Amino acid sequence: MRKPFLLKVLLAAVLLLSNSAFANVKEDTSDGPKKDLKTEIKEYISHHLQDSHDFSLFSYTNDAGEHVYVGSPLPVILWDNGLKVFSSSKFHHGETLAEVDGNYYKLYHSKIYKTDAEGTINYDEDHHATNVKPLDFSITKNVVMIIVTGLLMLWLFTSLAKSYAKNNGVPTGMGRFFEPIVLYIRDDIARPNIGEKRYRKYMPFLLTIFFFIWFLNMFGLTPLGINVTGNIAITFSLAIMTFFITNLTGTKDYWMHQFNPLGDSMPWYAKIPLYIILIPIEILGLFIKPFSLLIRLYANMQAGHIVLMSLIGLMFIFKSWLGSPLSFALAFAISLIEILVALLQAYIFTMLSALYFGFASEEHDHEHEEDAELAHS
Amino acid sequence: MEKLLNEFSIGLFFWQTLLFALLLLLLWKFAWKPILNAVNDREDGIKDALAAAENAKKEMQNVTADSEKLLKEARAEREAMLKEAREIKDKMIAESKNQAKVEGDKMIRQAQATIESEKKAAVADIKNQVAELSVDIAEKVIKEQLSNKDKQLKLVDDMLGDIKLN
Repeated sequence: MRKPFLLKVLLAAVLLLSNSAFANVKEDTSDGPKKDLKTEIKEYISHHLQDSHDFSLFSYTNDAGEHVYVGSPLPVILWDNGLKVFSSSKFHHGETLAEVDGNYYKLYHSKIYKTDAEGTINYDEDHHATNVKPLDFSITKNVVMIIVTGLLMLWLFTSLAKSYAKNNGVPTGMGRFFEPIVLYIRDDIARPNIGEKRYRKYMPFLLTIFFFIWFLNMFGLTPLGINVTGNIAITFSLAIMTFFITNLTGTKDYWMHQFNPLGDSMPWYAKIPLYIILIPIEILGLFIKPFSLLIRLYANMQAGHIVLMSLIGLMFIFKSWLGSPLSFALAFAISLIEILVALLQAYIFTMLSALYFGFASEEHDHEHEEDAELAHS
Repeated sequence: MEKLLNEFSIGLFFWQTLLFALLLLLLWKFAWKPILNAVNDREDGIKDALAAAENAKKEMQNVTADSEKLLKEARAEREAMLKEAREIKDKMIAESKNQAKVEGDKMIRQAQATIESEKKAAVADIKNQVAELSVDIAEKVIKEQLSNKDKQLKLVDDMLGDIKLN
């Protein structure tokens, strides 16, 4: 009973995905005859990849030729000589200016700019807006999704925690699915990389980051058009947390390794010329590690979305009985691969974080560690 | 790179960091700690149960070994007792045989002695009787032979003749 239902949901999701894209792209062509279909699709994709100030599920043009957006506006919070809070419905999806306390704000390419009463946007020679950008702390679509994911995780894992107490240490329901994953992270990511003695204090972070990234990646595959983990600010925030945890929990051995990588293997005067090169590299390495984390996750999720949406867009470009089904099949196959990528990227992020924590908390007692590992196995 | 920097939103970064930290703390307190503790407890429980089972097995082995030892001892004891009994039996039989033999010999000897003395008595008796009978016979014969003169005379003659010859 369950499987057919799931299948139906999946099918519905795929149909909705293609439908919403269809609705947007096709109607847009009739709306703007000056742009061709390819540019439309390109713009749609780049718009989708960005954060947005309202939660629109899809939009269409009605018979009167008006753009109708289905979704809900979100609160805009600006810091511009004082806190300004208003609803994003004031922007009308960038079509109108929002007037708050005598200031005018315009939504231009998903960014909020301060403008005069006419909404003039000034450009520099590279066609970049030069208007003042107030500090934007809006509850955007991505923030909403972070909150939704957070609540989902809280609900899932507190209920899992409760099910242990209720059921004598045996999980029930959803816990049966999530417990093995929790155990996998503990036994195959944290323990081997961090070590038997110190892995415990890193477990909450590793578990949270894994499920957070995984769930957001999975949300990104739904037709809601969410691209949270493919946003540089998000991956930067995640990576910087790994960076701080790595370096704040770093042991003496870790810092010794950073600034005295050769140890006592040679006299100090021999080390000086080497260290002129080595120490900058080591220090650079400190920053490259989390940087690689942030770029990897960002690029993978971003690329996945671009490929998937381009393939869906191809359906409308081909418009033939051969091309469209072919690109549909391709899009479907890529969706399946993206499900794997969603998990894989969460795994890689967690795995590498654990690895860096392992470096940081390393104390040079390898024999002990090996003993512990042997005892464990 | 410029596009990346352009895409970077401080607001989103702020919310993400704040919300993630909040989520981490909440999950830490209300989910991961109880979950990991429960899992650890369960694993310890399983480990303890396995160790207990191992101990029980060892104890069982000990008990079996003990009972086997006891059984062996009992068997040995029984063997010893049986052996002793057999020896006693054999000894008793031998002793009684000896005694019987001695007794029998003694009885036989007594019987022989009795027989001997009886025999002697009987022989003596027979001798006496034979002697009497002989005397009687001789008396009768002599009486008969000396019943007439002729015969007496003849006898005297014969005797005389014998004496002459001698």
